[in-house]
Amino acid sequence: MIGYIDKIREVSRKLLTEEKVDMVIGYRKGSLPMMTEPCFVKRPEDVDTLVWDSNCRINLAAYLMDRKEKIGIIAKGCDSRNIINHLVENKIKREQLVIIGAPCKGMIDKKTVTQQFGQEIDEYQETEDQITVKGGGVEKTFQKVDVLQENCAICNHRNPVEYDELVGDLVEEQVDVDRYEDIRRIEAMDIDEKWNFFEDILSTCIRCYACRNACPLCYCPTCFVDESKPQWVGKGNDPADTRTFHFLRAFHCAGRCTDCGACERACPMDIPVRLFTKKLGKDCLELYGWEAGLNPDQRPPLDTFKPDDPEVGIK
Amino acid sequence: MPVRIDEIVTETEDKMLKTFKFVFLNKEDEERFQHKAGQFAELSVTGKGEVPIGIASSPTEKGYVKFTVNKTGLVTRYMHNMKVGDIMGIRGPLGNWYPWETLEGKNVVIIGGGFAFSTLRASIVYMLANRDKFKEIHVIYGSRSPGLLLYRDELAAWEAAGDIGMHITVDGTDDPDWKYNIGFVPTITEKKAPPADPDTYAIVCGPPAMIRFTQPVLDNLGYAHDNIINSLEKRMKCGIGICGRCNIGDKYVCKDGPVFTLNALNHMPGEK
Amino acid sequence: MKVIKIDKNQWAEGLAKLEGSYRMFGPVAVQGKFPEFRELEKGDVPNLDVPNTHLSAKSVVYPQSEVMFEYSLDEHIEDHHLLREIEKDYSPRAVFGIRPCDAAANLLVKRNFDSKEYRDPYWADSFESCVFIGHACENPGGTCFCTSVGFGPFNEDGLDLLLVNSGKGGFLAKVITDKGAVLAKSAGWKTEGDAASIESLKKQAEAKMSSKVNTDQLSKKDATALFDAPFWEDIGFACLNCGTCTYSCPTCWCFDIQDEVKNKSGVRMRNWDSCMYPLFTLEGSGHNPRPQKHQRVRQRFMHKLKYYVDKYQAGVQCVGCGRCVKLCPVNIDIRTVCEKMNSYQPA
Repeated sequence: MIGYIDKIREVSRKLLTEEKVDMVIGYRKGSLPMMTEPCFVKRPEDVDTLVWDSNCRINLAAYLMDRKEKIGIIAKGCDSRNIINHLVENKIKREQLVIIGAPCKGMIDKKTVTQQFGQEIDEYQETEDQITVKGGGVEKTFQKVDVLQENCAICNHRNPVEYDELVGDLVEEQVDVDRYEDIRRIEAMDIDEKWNFFEDILSTCIRCYACRNACPLCYCPTCFVDESKPQWVGKGNDPADTRTFHFLRAFHCAGRCTDCGACERACPMDIPVRLFTKKLGKDCLELYGWEAGLNPDQRPPLDTFKPDDPEVGIK
Repeated sequence: MPVRIDEIVTETEDKMLKTFKFVFLNKEDEERFQHKAGQFAELSVTGKGEVPIGIASSPTEKGYVKFTVNKTGLVTRYMHNMKVGDIMGIRGPLGNWYPWETLEGKNVVIIGGGFAFSTLRASIVYMLANRDKFKEIHVIYGSRSPGLLLYRDELAAWEAAGDIGMHITVDGTDDPDWKYNIGFVPTITEKKAPPADPDTYAIVCGPPAMIRFTQPVLDNLGYAHDNIINSLEKRMKCGIGICGRCNIGDKYVCKDGPVFTLNALNHMPGEK
Repeated sequence: MKVIKIDKNQWAEGLAKLEGSYRMFGPVAVQGKFPEFRELEKGDVPNLDVPNTHLSAKSVVYPQSEVMFEYSLDEHIEDHHLLREIEKDYSPRAVFGIRPCDAAANLLVKRNFDSKEYRDPYWADSFESCVFIGHACENPGGTCFCTSVGFGPFNEDGLDLLLVNSGKGGFLAKVITDKGAVLAKSAGWKTEGDAASIESLKKQAEAKMSSKVNTDQLSKKDATALFDAPFWEDIGFACLNCGTCTYSCPTCWCFDIQDEVKNKSGVRMRNWDSCMYPLFTLEGSGHNPRPQKHQRVRQRFMHKLKYYVDKYQAGVQCVGCGRCVKLCPVNIDIRTVCEKMNSYQPA
């Protein structure tokens, strides 16, 4: 993963010089340790600002929406699946894109590292398998696998699903991960326990909509919570309204969500928003055998009807 | 302040615009509401919300206030379905007004288009009630078709009254009896507006397209930017410069506006 | 300016005494996670160990969702369809553990809510009912830059009392206003303390401030030129318009007014809103003056770092708390933007 950056810059330079793309979307160095900032590069001489490390968590597919230029975009596994989703939903055309595929072994979770380190982090370094953080006169080394983002730890599509260029060797896919262990645990709760569980985790929601805005799939011109004619959902912090927002957003992402983690990353209140979207993802997998963003020629399950669809709700 | 709907007049043939005449429930409210032409008020429908609408009646019209409301969104759609006798609320008057002190003793050209004409109606009624305070008055008012003109009876009455130059125009019409101009507002402005001089002011209020094309005409005629007065629109909520929504640069359209001279606008960041 | 010494026991006793006459507010851990400012339950102790809360203390004075009026739509009731004021509780509040940045932010925001033309009663009454017991920062964080915007880790603006850690669970409290003196008296805190040690701790803290930002040229720049500067697209590209910056910022104040009805009765409420949302400036006709993301990003920074400067000539609308920098998922840094704006020379 570490060595990718030279190849990324090389490919980007070539694409821009040969004018195969108008811009390359990637990451540049952040102003804080363990952060990178998504950016675009339009001139070949600027490609050296691009960086790549285990902090490139943000899903770049969110920046492709309705753009008209030819774009080169760096895509990990989850990003590539979101790109395919965009293609299926006509948000961008395949001819506009040059997908620079980056096989990924997972991004590290800044919140976990900060918590475990216990201090403010001033410096950060990484090697292929480890990270070292320094701060307040203290230094600590972590194994990357121990501090991965939760969605990365259970990822089963680490290689980009579709790509025009590859900046590193394909990595081994994790085949024996249990993606839905936490969901099953919640499903097993009895009804009162479940009610309290959801009420608890959503009690701190401040309706900032960061989860929705960060999500690469949430691009409705007017989100259902913003509709006023008619007004479906209240805008205050009434718990019923808050639950409606989260549950219904999960439904709107069903069969489309790739578990990229942008929603949880953006939430200022640390709400485990992915629980809702993962539940819907599990349902799609079990009912329709569907995983989002794998095939640009297939329509998602909630988009099509097949005569042999399971009709669990209709008795 | 609570008000009761006293009269509803459908102004345009597409029924999208209605003029509401409100009567105050409390006499002291009416006395406190002394407004000046150019200001707006927030019309409040409990259960639906509020909308900022320009005041269409002049302060010289006593006993009531009039607003011309376009059916656009949640609140306005509900208002269009309300009946005479229904209760609503008004918050106001808000915002600043056309600069009447400066305009005294001057020539005034009013250039309006579409349904932006409501505060201009307030201005015209005010000026006619104080006719001797102003020199020449011209009104250039146009809409897409005759059926979409506001206040048609009053337009005719003002023309008949005589000491005001009325230049009504429509973009186009099939009506053979149409006796006024045909053409876009900028075109008519070019032909009929009085020549520019330091004592002549233009009040321009209309849809963005009209303003975009009328401005070059005024520039060609030589109108100074300090002599051109505009009224802006923005999404508003509180109407008193606190909620932060309607700002352009460091000015709030609801509190420091909505009336600005073009010179002031030229110095504000270009987002409109 | 009196300085009072409070040891660990006096602190606990004092809090218990104050519970009777003040509503108590302070940082408490929510659901075992990080602390946020909340009203304290009886017997709860404010958690003063945290560097700073995720969301600012502005929610104490200015709650995220606040009902302003109520009304009945039932035509059988006499004042149907008319707004009724609702009862509010503005009894004295003691706000513990507010950092100097958040306290100064209240004064910045006050210029908007309590100006000579209009006074927002909800905000102003709420603000005036509070006694702010601040907590000085001995170890400023890496993203803090309060000294660059006119404030500091021991700053006293907006505070009635300032607590300084004196070790072993005790504090030195500097009495800044009469309100603070009254509160200290009710708590039974009266042992004389040493003012000089506060001064030296203050200097040490200020020296530890590692982040510096230049804001001196902002007032001299031309707003229209800054507005048309070419760097906004680059700055705003990464922005997801998630709104986290505005919600965590102690000086952001924009709100939305909504009516909500249940059966025949309803309320008119106000909720926090954010200029980051496309809907913020959407007009009834469908026209939106800021349809593109970078225009909204530009609006936020221009408002905080330029329009506020021009309007009030009292510095930028930022207290250097660093929350937006820490919480932004794509690492858009107000310090970088400020430097760019401060040094911008139009071609």
